[in-house]
Amino acid sequence: MKILIAFFVLFASNIFANDLSTYKALGEEVGLTKVVDDLMVNLLKDERTKRFFEKADQKRIKEKLVEQFCMELGGPCKYTGQSMSRSHKGQDIKHSHFFALVELLQQAMDKHKIPSTAQNKLLAKLAPMHKDIINK
Amino acid sequence: MKFMKFVLAASLVSFNVQAFESSDKLLLTGGVNQLEGSAGGGLTPWALIGGYGTQEQIGANAFYTNVAISDYNLVSTGALVGIHDRVELSYAHQSFDTKDVGTALGLGYGFKLKQSIFGIKVKLIGDAVLDQDSWLPQIAFGIQYKKHEQGKIVRSVGAKDDKSFDFYLAGTKIFLAQSILANVTLRATEANQLGILGYGGDRINHHQLMIEGSVAYLLTRKIAVGVEYRTKPNNLNVASEDAWFDAFVAWAPMKNVSATLAYAYLGNIVLNQDQSSLYTSIQLGF
Repeated sequence: MKILIAFFVLFASNIFANDLSTYKALGEEVGLTKVVDDLMVNLLKDERTKRFFEKADQKRIKEKLVEQFCMELGGPCKYTGQSMSRSHKGQDIKHSHFFALVELLQQAMDKHKIPSTAQNKLLAKLAPMHKDIINK
Repeated sequence: MKFMKFVLAASLVSFNVQAFESSDKLLLTGGVNQLEGSAGGGLTPWALIGGYGTQEQIGANAFYTNVAISDYNLVSTGALVGIHDRVELSYAHQSFDTKDVGTALGLGYGFKLKQSIFGIKVKLIGDAVLDQDSWLPQIAFGIQYKKHEQGKIVRSVGAKDDKSFDFYLAGTKIFLAQSILANVTLRATEANQLGILGYGGDRINHHQLMIEGSVAYLLTRKIAVGVEYRTKPNNLNVASEDAWFDAFVAWAPMKNVSATLAYAYLGNIVLNQDQSSLYTSIQLGF
């Protein structure tokens, strides 16, 4: 019971703490840029994700991803790219591709020593986008 | 039964050749193999479908678990197949070494009680990992068919049957922003000590609803620590039975290997009180 209460307090403190701690833990815009640069390197190397990015405008995608991650974490940015459903439409993205990207993003964040708690907070913001990305 | 084992083993091998080019679920999101073979924590089945196969893939794993108990030892071995992140088929074989108690019961030192468990689990709704914008957990329904190998012996201690079904409903949610996994499982069962002492008893001889819970903290994407609790029936006059509790650490250094280490408190087992145990498990995936 004590454990349950402790976890509840942990939940509550997380939900109501609408601060910039995750944005800062990821190194703000500079840190996000490094993570996204490495993510793109990983995406182009991985057989599962390569074909979605090798012919795309990689520089633009990276810029938009940094904007998006920054905005999702409450940072001082505005996402100026297309809607998620528009940018992924017709690409035949499966669950396996989506999870592959998450894994490569985790590896990029690991490389930059981003704490696991901050990593998971960013992933929690991105995960619901699966509805606009997978099988569209 | 032998034939079913063979079919399962054969299908594992053929899946291995055809479908395991890659399995892309995230680390630990297929759970580990619980004692009865289903994907879950150590004690409790979760709603997660085992293996690393996504909706387009088939995943599988095999496991070996040893529970070194104060006065006994339990070995559970088996395998599971996760099909399209929707259906899970599992098999486990448990061998319970009675050690000195075997002598006391007139079975002989180290007599082993054995059962087989065939499991099926179907994901009904929700996605524990992806649906981070909803409080709805992933919910799955499962059945474990349990068959004891020594019906005569378990009847002699008061059990009424040498085979039985467990039915369960599990709800599992990963609260990613908090790095927490929570699970609640409701199980209808008449199994005595998981079924190691048979099914039904001279005290109570029908299915009862039991509750099982797990909470885990995801330290990193490769390591989870947590606690589990599982209530159990108390069907036999001769041997009272207690709820089980464990504290575990699960480690997945890579997709095809994971290891679980736990301390489990098992209470009274047959003649011996206050049984505690060291739970070690290794899982190999394809």
